[in-house]
Amino acid sequence: MSAPESAKEWALQAEQLSVALGGRPVLQDLTLRLPAGRWTSIVGPNGAGKSTLLRALAGMGEVHGQVLLQGRALTRWSRRERACTLAWLGQSQAAPEEMSVYEVAMLGRLPHQGWLAAPSAQDHAAVEQALRQTQSWDWRARSLGRLSGGERQRVLLARALAVQAPVLLMDEPLAHLDPPHQTAWLGCVQQLVAQGTTVVSVLHELSMALLSQELVVLEHGRVLHQGPSADPASHAALEQVFEHRIQVRAIDDQWVALPRLPPRSP
Amino acid sequence: MNSEASLHAVKEQGLKPGWLAFGLLLGSGVLVSLGIGLGSAGWEGLGDLRSDPLAWQIVRDIRLPRTLGAWLAGALLGLAGAIAQGVFRNPLADPYLLGSASGASLGVALAMAALGASPFALQGLLRLSITGAAFAGAAGAVLLTLVLARGAHDTLRLLLAGVVVGVVLGAASSMVLLLTPQIMQAMQSFMLGSTAFVGWSACALMAAVLAGVLLAAWALGRVLDGLALGEATAQSLGLPLAPLRLLLIVLLALATGTAVAQCGLIAFVGLAAPHLVRSLVRTMHRWLLLLSAGMGAALLLGADLLARALVAPQELPVGVLTAVLGGSYLLWLMHRRGLEERP
Repeated sequence: MSAPESAKEWALQAEQLSVALGGRPVLQDLTLRLPAGRWTSIVGPNGAGKSTLLRALAGMGEVHGQVLLQGRALTRWSRRERACTLAWLGQSQAAPEEMSVYEVAMLGRLPHQGWLAAPSAQDHAAVEQALRQTQSWDWRARSLGRLSGGERQRVLLARALAVQAPVLLMDEPLAHLDPPHQTAWLGCVQQLVAQGTTVVSVLHELSMALLSQELVVLEHGRVLHQGPSADPASHAALEQVFEHRIQVRAIDDQWVALPRLPPRSP
Repeated sequence: MNSEASLHAVKEQGLKPGWLAFGLLLGSGVLVSLGIGLGSAGWEGLGDLRSDPLAWQIVRDIRLPRTLGAWLAGALLGLAGAIAQGVFRNPLADPYLLGSASGASLGVALAMAALGASPFALQGLLRLSITGAAFAGAAGAVLLTLVLARGAHDTLRLLLAGVVVGVVLGAASSMVLLLTPQIMQAMQSFMLGSTAFVGWSACALMAAVLAGVLLAAWALGRVLDGLALGEATAQSLGLPLAPLRLLLIVLLALATGTAVAQCGLIAFVGLAAPHLVRSLVRTMHRWLLLLSAGMGAALLLGADLLARALVAPQELPVGVLTAVLGGSYLLWLMHRRGLEERP
């Protein structure tokens, strides 16, 4: 990967970021730069600080250090401007049972709407597009309470897509999704990146993460490695951080992570 | 706009909010006219009332303000309930949960102990000071809760602080009661709630507060919708949560305090009204707030009519009826939901 030259080409930069939760340090002096217009996956074992990092990048919670969004400190963005530029999808979010799918997706348009204005034609178009992208358009009138976990996750994803922000952060977006919809999610991300969107995802599905362009490996609140997903050094870091319990292999020109089983005793 | 039209066409459950609003208005109209005609001697037609100047005076000075007062107080409580359930994202939240009920009780107990007065039977300055004390008590309790919770940043801390304030102020008013037993009966009727002594000035006050709170809540409806996705998501959508939550709590305290000051601690209306609305329509917060106000109004007015009619010429405290009716409704709802969830 050729490194972007100016700060403009970094979608997000974290500089000496430290976060403590309940007195326990979760991120320690972390410095990270995420290239614009590319798909980066953040991976690491449980408790490595992946979700905390993603939240800090989205401007949530108390942090020491600085986060820059498109070269400008997060604190210097207005709320609305930031919300239009950076969309965030959390893991296992609260979902309002009685709202319809369409209404939930429309909440993604909040940063674009005036306080009292009705949704514009553009808002409706964005919501329709987002719901079609997640294959949820057909049951847009159903209430969330009547959906399965996977269907609900797709609606929440649509809510984040509806923001149409140039930077999209997703925390475990594949939770509850069945394999066909995981593949559909992949297609959706690749399409977004082709359109110039920066996508950052925290993933436990390592084979999915290996399909992204850039890999960030976290361990104990620090960046152990950052590099292209196809780079052998990235694979080595991945195997190391998971204590060599996994192995990265190529199958049909595609990198996958497989469990490494202990040698069978004869 | 096309997609919205087709959305309504395929909307599979619930009434349209407009129809429910229409039904509630119609029902309220019927209840108000019943309220005007219902006297301690039974039902009187409106035609007879017009022809008798004395009867008409009773209608104008007592029945009409009382009927409208019950409607307005119910609307305030229903609206406050919907706001509370939205802010705390908890279907069990009710208007009294930040300590306003025990604050109002303490205020009234102190005022009655100091003035030696009965709560509702008096007009003029004394009545004004009692309602003033109730409102100040309710508002003060919410303020105390906010101070103890160090602002509106943390919902859980707010709820806990509300519980603590409720218990402590409740104990304090029990103490006042023990020390001045002569106000015991009057306090009891305040705690049960009554609409019997609402006059025109109280109606005007409640109407003004209702209009203001309703407008402000309508404008904040989107915020409550965003909050339903969780605080983090709401924050990522650019909503300034802490100041907005504070504003919503002020609205909640204002609506609750105004209703409680005029009618005492009426139970369950604030809790049941939003639930009833949600069981009939699926809608966003703007409509939910509006409809909860209408539902609360119809509920309390209906309960007030029953309270007047059931044991006429005596009357029941309306708070007893709302508690019994609201409680059994919630039980039924729980039962129905249990049946739905089982295959």
